[in-house]
Amino acid sequence: MRMQLSRRMRLPEAKKYVAEKLKVTPADLSDEVKMRDIRADLGIGTISSLVGGANGMAAKFKIAELLGIEISSVNKFKQKAGLFADGRK
Amino acid sequence: MQEEILTRMGDGQQVKMSAIQVKEDITAGTKDAADRGKIPELTSAEQEHLFEIVADEDRIVGVRSGEEVVLTDDVSYIRMNQDEGASGGLGIPMSPPISVLVHERAFAQDSAVLGATGFTGKHNLNQKLQEVETTHLLLTVPMLYVSGPNLLAYYKPLGPYDNPSDLFPQGKIKEARESQEEAAVVSTDDLVWLGKKMASVGVDCLNLDTVAAAGDTDFYVALKAVQRLKEEVPEMSIEMGMAAEFVMGMHGQITFNGQRLAGMYPHEQLKMAEAAGVDIFGPVVNNNSTKSFPWNISKVVTFVKHTSEVSNIPIHPNVGVGVCGVPLCPVPPIDSVTRVAKTLVQIGKADGL
Repeated sequence: MRMQLSRRMRLPEAKKYVAEKLKVTPADLSDEVKMRDIRADLGIGTISSLVGGANGMAAKFKIAELLGIEISSVNKFKQKAGLFADGRK
Repeated sequence: MQEEILTRMGDGQQVKMSAIQVKEDITAGTKDAADRGKIPELTSAEQEHLFEIVADEDRIVGVRSGEEVVLTDDVSYIRMNQDEGASGGLGIPMSPPISVLVHERAFAQDSAVLGATGFTGKHNLNQKLQEVETTHLLLTVPMLYVSGPNLLAYYKPLGPYDNPSDLFPQGKIKEARESQEEAAVVSTDDLVWLGKKMASVGVDCLNLDTVAAAGDTDFYVALKAVQRLKEEVPEMSIEMGMAAEFVMGMHGQITFNGQRLAGMYPHEQLKMAEAAGVDIFGPVVNNNSTKSFPWNISKVVTFVKHTSEVSNIPIHPNVGVGVCGVPLCPVPPIDSVTRVAKTLVQIGKADGL
């Protein structure tokens, strides 16, 4: 979804890109069992609740980093919290 | 093979048809689309594939592993907390932010939507912006904000501009066109204003929905707004979902990129959307509720497949009530809905729904 929105990738290309970034196969992306563990390990959010696990903004920080994309709400948060290394406001 | 195939009419009523009748309707449906859009019919192999999907004895059908697609939608929170009339709606009293979180976590939706179709007003906008900001902290999937040109709201009696539908019967064609052009300027400014506000709070994507509902000028407004927003807030993506398969010529002469917008079908609408800077395009194909489901889905996938073939951007066909093959009834039957999804993914090559 994020690669379609941010880079206009068609679905096969988007799945391949995300799979490579997460070091899984495109088929793994649709496997609920595998992805539960992978998502928890990477801190990119899980569907069912995981106490102490990343979700929401914390997960989006990791998603932006792993996929190499800009997520607008993450950037807004970083600006407000003064987290940009270059001091961007 | 069943002797009689249980399927439905376009209004959702169950009907039993012979295999020959189903195949005839599939052929008639694809011919109708090809004739209207001047596009290729489904091949014999594709028609046979579609027949197998329709005739499958299982009530619920699905795609093969690896063919899964992502979903965007237009008003996820309204589906949860309101009566949407003919479009359903659950009427559970919960706030929009909570609704989208339920949509994300309970329904495993790939995107979340705040906003409202046609909303470009300035009432309570600060409250909506704060809802977006707060929800962003808890939401993992991309957040869309839905709006649209909603040009009808700019005409009398709702708005200040003379209503073309009043002027046409009086023979005032020139005045009707001028009124639309004046309303278009203000509507475009409003959409750009709203888009910039949403970008300022980090909305991932502005979802322009039901585009061209008021005809070619309505489409023009959406395209111009996209063009300006892509210059002013390029960090925000834009999805454009259409209202119908055919752009009505309420103006008749209005153009974008030198192309007359009136009369465009999905594959032509897509090219205008691409040129404006749209990131995801949502084609719509109208249902005929008096025709069978096989006829309707065959017509739909003929348009969607061709649109996908000529597209350079992801396409998410709109599978709401009464469009793209989903029967026109408040509770869409799961047998039809899953056949629509399977058909649009496997034959239509949709990138999402």
